[in-house]
Amino acid sequence: MSRIGVFVCHCGENIAATVDCEKVAKTCAKIPGVVYSVDYKYMCSDPGQNLIREAIKEKKLTGVVVAACSPRMHEPTFRRACAEAGLNPYLCEMANIREQCSWVHPKSKATTQKAIDIISTLVAKVKRNRALFPIQVPVTKTALVIGGGIAGIQAALDIANSGHKVVLVEREPSIGGHMAQLSETFPTLDCSQCILTPRMVEVAQHPNITLYSYSEVESLSGFIGNFTARIRKKAKSIDEKLCTGCGECMNACPIKKNPSEFNMGLGTRPAIYIPFPQAIPNKPVIDRERCTYFRTGKCRFCETKCPAQAIRFDQKDELIDIQVGAVVVATGFNVVGTSFFPEYGYGKYKDVITGLQFERLLSASGPTLGELKRPSDGSTPKKIAFIACAGSRDPAKGIEYCSKICCMYTAKHAMLYKHKVPDGDAYVFYMDIRAGGKGYDEFVRRAIEEDHVNYIRGRVSRIYERNGKLIVCGADTLLGAEPVEIEADMVVLATAGIANQGAEELAQSLHISYDHHQFFAEAHPKLRPVETNTAGIFLAGACQSPKDIPDSVSQASAAASKVSTLFSQKELTREPVVAVINRTAPPVYSTCVGCFMCQSACPFNAIEREEIRTRDGKLIKTVARVNPGLCQGCGTCVALCRSKSIDLQGFSNEQVYAEVTELFA
Amino acid sequence: MENESFEPKIVAFVCNWCTYAGADLTGTSRIKYATNVRIIRFPCTGRIDYNLILKAFERGADGVIVSGCHPNDCHYTSGNFHARRRWIVFRGLLEYMGIDPRRIIFSWVSAAEGAKWADVVNRAVTEVRQLGPAKEFNEMRKSQAFEFRSV
Repeated sequence: MSRIGVFVCHCGENIAATVDCEKVAKTCAKIPGVVYSVDYKYMCSDPGQNLIREAIKEKKLTGVVVAACSPRMHEPTFRRACAEAGLNPYLCEMANIREQCSWVHPKSKATTQKAIDIISTLVAKVKRNRALFPIQVPVTKTALVIGGGIAGIQAALDIANSGHKVVLVEREPSIGGHMAQLSETFPTLDCSQCILTPRMVEVAQHPNITLYSYSEVESLSGFIGNFTARIRKKAKSIDEKLCTGCGECMNACPIKKNPSEFNMGLGTRPAIYIPFPQAIPNKPVIDRERCTYFRTGKCRFCETKCPAQAIRFDQKDELIDIQVGAVVVATGFNVVGTSFFPEYGYGKYKDVITGLQFERLLSASGPTLGELKRPSDGSTPKKIAFIACAGSRDPAKGIEYCSKICCMYTAKHAMLYKHKVPDGDAYVFYMDIRAGGKGYDEFVRRAIEEDHVNYIRGRVSRIYERNGKLIVCGADTLLGAEPVEIEADMVVLATAGIANQGAEELAQSLHISYDHHQFFAEAHPKLRPVETNTAGIFLAGACQSPKDIPDSVSQASAAASKVSTLFSQKELTREPVVAVINRTAPPVYSTCVGCFMCQSACPFNAIEREEIRTRDGKLIKTVARVNPGLCQGCGTCVALCRSKSIDLQGFSNEQVYAEVTELFA
Repeated sequence: MENESFEPKIVAFVCNWCTYAGADLTGTSRIKYATNVRIIRFPCTGRIDYNLILKAFERGADGVIVSGCHPNDCHYTSGNFHARRRWIVFRGLLEYMGIDPRRIIFSWVSAAEGAKWADVVNRAVTEVRQLGPAKEFNEMRKSQAFEFRSV
């Protein structure tokens, strides 16, 4: 016979203001099976919890219903209190009479009645609860880091330095990401490559890091502590073990005029190439779409010139399965493309370029070796216009968010331009200057006051060409929206940062959520900013939202510390809310008939086949079996099972039917 | 109309991750809605056995709300798709049985849509009120040669 205790919380005035808690407690005392029912001002306070602990002992309770706030809030608190008093924590349920009753209804009899109804359904449920025990699962202490930009590099190094193995997967032939493309970084103007490349070398040499460049994650299965990742290692068409990185093949390649991705299309590269001189790994790959041999079946010049005989035209993509315990997603961002700005003529006028292209023009390792020459004729621009918020904060363009980094890098660009061309004029069109951050506002002021950059508050409506000049038409809203026309030699657009291509597909294969801009979603915007909704998968860097380098690095370190915390445990404890297949005495053994409908419905591949055999090995029947390590407890199989042979612990058929029945008793 | 004073009894089967959290948000935002609904929490809409809906009608519910995560947002990847697919089949069965399918309100309410939850509930109450008390199941029971066993 059940002995249930009901504990009604006033939550100060939060519940008691609209629900007659005293009456609720008295009415609930009359529910069959309830032996103790009491109301108290703050049930979650220490005296309140003590009330529960004492009652469990004194009244020998076999189940507890706490009528208070949402179980999402305090279920762990009260279950712990029950466990402390010796009651299995899974015999405690919460009736949500605050968020779903007292806060949403006025003070009335109906509200009090609703509270009573909610409690009585939970009493009906708890009578049928069973003692459950947490499941222990082992942890594979290897982390998978997806993306080798600064965030991925930092996360990989931090995890590796804490003594755990890391597999770093990068889509491009080299790690480094967007940071490797930058010339100087704000607000200190230190050279980007000078601070990044030592980190890249560290990754390559770290004994705990395995680097897969030119590779992509195809799929991820399993669960926290026990993921299996399938990595597609794209064919580089060279034997990495033999290749010395001498570069003879790149000199031999006759197809040299391919737009260089690293230089944002401003420079060229051969079909067999290393993206940039400091690349890690510093070994070339063959771009099969550009290579003459792969297009026409003839050429193989590079093969004849390779002193190490490392060229492998017949190499195939390789699929590698690895076991990992945690995943850090650091796939970064992209910038909007040519079709986005017809009014600015981007893609039409050669001298209208993006911020990233401007970085390459400024960079000492760029296509102009650091000399500022405009792409159309190679002359030095004497007048240059920068347009901040090109695409960002523009609902008409579908991007209502602020890309965060543009204000700062535009100030940096204008400043660097003035350093390179002291007699030139720099104009910045802006909406607002958002320079929150350490030393950031000072930096923008320096651009304005010391380097005399002209800041014009207003948006640019149109750019067109006239007599070889780019006419930038805008308005100065601080001068009564007076029209402004600037005859510029070059225009730099601070284009909006958007989610990287393939972000949506990756999110779907990893089972993590993403927002409507395809940026990956954190589990909680404030309190769990680096976790995803899928346990064991963490976020770092601009794949979550546009971020600058310091933010990306700190988030990467945060994600790495989450991974290290996970790996510091021997075993993980999981909630026992999992499905089970019934087993019964011979000659039935199990009511499961082995139709395996559940197997095809299970999103986690948690259903296995189990053969029931006699002692001498004769097969009696094949039934389903749930792997409790893989089962996440969604219960889709339970609703589907035709013979009702599967049940979900914590939400069993008996429990939920009792709830429905009780509701209309 | 005769139904105007009628207070329908509605049960809501919701998933833990989206709609239950969304209903919590309605509370934290102090948005008011009708008291007629009783929420029963499930891990996922995929867990909701549609026999439960029949059970609710058998026991005297006037309307049922089924609500979970938006498509593609399921905490368990695909539970809500299973629920949706089953609902399409189940709706045909309901119509065949003579139960008005308008008594079942299927919706997606995310954890961020507190206001939408209040809206779903209020709309459900208004619609079911117009339909009047659910007598279909009991009439069907009477017309059958056998008695439904009451649990």
